[in-house]
Amino acid sequence: MTEQNTPLVEMKNISISFGGIHAVENASVDLFPGEVVALLGHNGAGKSTLIKILSGAYKRDNGDIMINGETADIRNPRDAKKYGIETIYQTLAVADNVDAAANLYLGRELQTKWGTLDDVAMEASTREVMGRLNPNFKRFKEPVKALSGGQRQSVAIARAILFDARILIMDEPTAALGPQETAQVGDLIKQLKREGIGIFLISHDIHDVFDLADRVFVMKNGKVVGHARTEDVTKDEVLGMIILGKVPPGATPGPGAMKVV
Amino acid sequence: MAETIQSTTNSKTSAAAGQAEGNFVARFFRATEIDTRMLGMIGALLIIWVGFHILTGGLFLTPRNLWNLSVQTASVAVMATGMVLVIVTRNIDLSVGSILGFTGMIMGVMQARLLPELLGFDHPAIWIVALAGGLIVGALIGTLQGVIIAFLGVPSFIVTLGGLLIWRGATWFVTSGQTVAPMDVNFRLMGGGTEGSIGATWSWVVGIIACLAIIAAIINARRQRKRFSFPRRPVWAEYVLVALGCIVVLGAVWIANQYYWPIAIARRYAEANNIAWPEGGLLISQGIAIPVLMAIAVGIVMTFIATRLRFGRYVFAIGGNPEAAELAGIKTRWVTVKIFALMGMLCAIAAAISTARLNAATNAQGELDELYTIAAAVIGGTSLAGGMGSIAGAMLGALVMQSLQSGMVLLGIDSPFQRIVVGMVLVTAVWLDTVYRSRAK
Repeated sequence: MTEQNTPLVEMKNISISFGGIHAVENASVDLFPGEVVALLGHNGAGKSTLIKILSGAYKRDNGDIMINGETADIRNPRDAKKYGIETIYQTLAVADNVDAAANLYLGRELQTKWGTLDDVAMEASTREVMGRLNPNFKRFKEPVKALSGGQRQSVAIARAILFDARILIMDEPTAALGPQETAQVGDLIKQLKREGIGIFLISHDIHDVFDLADRVFVMKNGKVVGHARTEDVTKDEVLGMIILGKVPPGATPGPGAMKVV
Repeated sequence: MAETIQSTTNSKTSAAAGQAEGNFVARFFRATEIDTRMLGMIGALLIIWVGFHILTGGLFLTPRNLWNLSVQTASVAVMATGMVLVIVTRNIDLSVGSILGFTGMIMGVMQARLLPELLGFDHPAIWIVALAGGLIVGALIGTLQGVIIAFLGVPSFIVTLGGLLIWRGATWFVTSGQTVAPMDVNFRLMGGGTEGSIGATWSWVVGIIACLAIIAAIINARRQRKRFSFPRRPVWAEYVLVALGCIVVLGAVWIANQYYWPIAIARRYAEANNIAWPEGGLLISQGIAIPVLMAIAVGIVMTFIATRLRFGRYVFAIGGNPEAAELAGIKTRWVTVKIFALMGMLCAIAAAISTARLNAATNAQGELDELYTIAAAVIGGTSLAGGMGSIAGAMLGALVMQSLQSGMVLLGIDSPFQRIVVGMVLVTAVWLDTVYRSRAK
C-alpha cells in the first residue's frame, strides 16, 4: 500500500498471556487508511486475542499501539471507541432481549434535553442506517433474539458503522451467514473501504477473505508467521503459511516463521 | 423464519381464544396491544378474589377488606419494584427483609429518642429527618453490598445471604432487642389508617388526575407513532383502552371511598368538632391510603427509571447479555452498585411504611419479606435467567401474594398451612410462566 503514509493502526510487539500460556507473543501488525487487512490463522492461533487487545476487551502485557503515529492508551472498550475503533465480534455481542435501536445505541444512547432516552430519534436513525445496509429489514420493534442470523449480523454491523468508525474490526463476519448475505457483507466492506475506513478482517477461512483483502497477516501459535500483499502471493502459498508456517518468497517473514534448516 | 414465527403466534392466539369468536378476540387483543401475559395475571388475581369471596361467604370483596389489602401490599410492592432490576441483571437480593428491619429501627430510634431531644417533641420536621436518615442508611447498605458484588466478585446470593444475617443482627444491636414506640405523629401517616388517608375529595382528585394522565399518555403515544409513521392502533382500540383505564382507576377510588371511618373514631371526631351525631351514623370516607399512594408513586418513578433512562436500558442490556453490555462500553459494575443502592433505598421506604403502620420498630420487622418480595417479582413475570421483567408486573405480583395471605387469614387457615399454600403457588406460577414462555417462542 502507500508506504509513505503513517499507518492508521500500528500494533508493535504485542504480547499477552493467560495463566502462563502465551496467547500472543511479540506480534506486530499495521493497517493503513482505506485498506483491508486480513488476519488469518487456525482456531486458537491468537488472532482474535490480538484484535481484542486493539478493541479494548483485553489488556496487553507488553507492546505499543499507535493510532495515526501516536501512542494510544487503550484499556477498555470505551477507550477504543474514543479512537474510532469499532468491533464486530464473532459472537455478535448483541443484547438480544432489546430491539435493534437499543442495540445500535447501546452505551451511547441519545438523550432528550430532560435526560431521558430519545427512543424516537434513535429509532429514526436506526431505520436510516438499516435501510442503507439491509433494505429488507423491517423488524425494528422486536427483540433481536427474534431475528435471523443475517439480520442480527446487520444489526451488529450497523452498530459499528453508525458512529463514524475509522477503524473497523470484523471477527469472522460471515461465519453465521448464508451465501447471499456473505456477498452483501463483501459489498459493504468495499463500500467502507472507499470511504477511507481501515478494516481488520479476521478469519480462519482464507477463501472468505482473500479476494477482499489488500494484505494478509498470518498467525500461528500466537506468533506472526509473516505478511504479504495479496497480489504477491497465491492462496496456496498463504495456506502454507497458515498450516506449516512456511513463508513464500513474496511475503515478509515474522517472528513465527518456520526456521529454514 | 419470519413465517414460522408468524404462524406460531397465530396458532397460539387462536388456540387460546377458541374457534368461532376466536377471530374477534384475537383481533381485539392485537388491536389494543394488551399484553396477554399481564392479562393472565389480572385474570388469576380476579379468580383468587372471587374464589375467596365465595369461600368466606362474602367477606373478601368488601371495601374494608380491599382497602386493607391495598395498605398491606404497599410495603412489599415498593421493594418488589427494586427486586425486578436486581433479578433482571441476574442477581438476587436476600437481604431486603433485614435491611427493612434495620432501616426501620434506625428511623424508629431517630424519631422516638434522638430527634425529640434535639428538635423538641412533636417537631414538624421529625418525620422527614427520620425518613431521610433511613433512606441514607438504606442507600449506604445497598452500595456496600453492591460494591462487594460488583468489584470484589462475590456472588450476590452470598453477599445478600450474609446481609440477611448481618442486618438482622444489627437491628437487634441498635436497641439491644427492645421495641421502639410510639412513632412520630406525622411519620405515622405513612402507615395508612384513618389519619393516614386522604379522604373522599382528594381521592377523587387523584383519580381524575390519573385518568387525565392515561388520556394524555395514549394521545402522546399515538402522536409519536404518527410522526414517524409507525403502525397505529385503530381508533376504537384507543377509546377502549382509555375507558378501561379510567374505569379501573375511578372504580378503585370509589371502593376506597366506600370504606368509612370506624364508628368510635367518627364519634370522637364528631364530638371534637361539635357535629351532631346523625341517625345512620357519621359516614366519613377513608379514601386512598397514603402508603398506597407512596407505592404507586414509587411504581411510576421506577417504571420511568427502567424504561426512559439510560440506567434502565443498561440494566436490561446487562441482563440480556452481560458480555455484550461490557463490550459496548457500559460500566456494568457501576450499574450493579447503583441497582443495589436503589434497592436499599426502597427497603427504607418500605420500612417507613411498615413501622408507621405498626406504630413501632421491632426486631422482627420484615422477616421473610425477602421471600415475598422475590416471589412477587417472579410471579410478576421477572425471569430469573435475566433480561426480562416489569415493574407493574411485580407490583401486581405483590398484590397476588397479599391477596392469598389475606384471604387465608379471613378463612381462618393456620399460619403454617398458609406458608405451604404460598410456597405451592409460587412454584406453580413460575412453572406456568415457563410453559407460557416456551410456547411463546
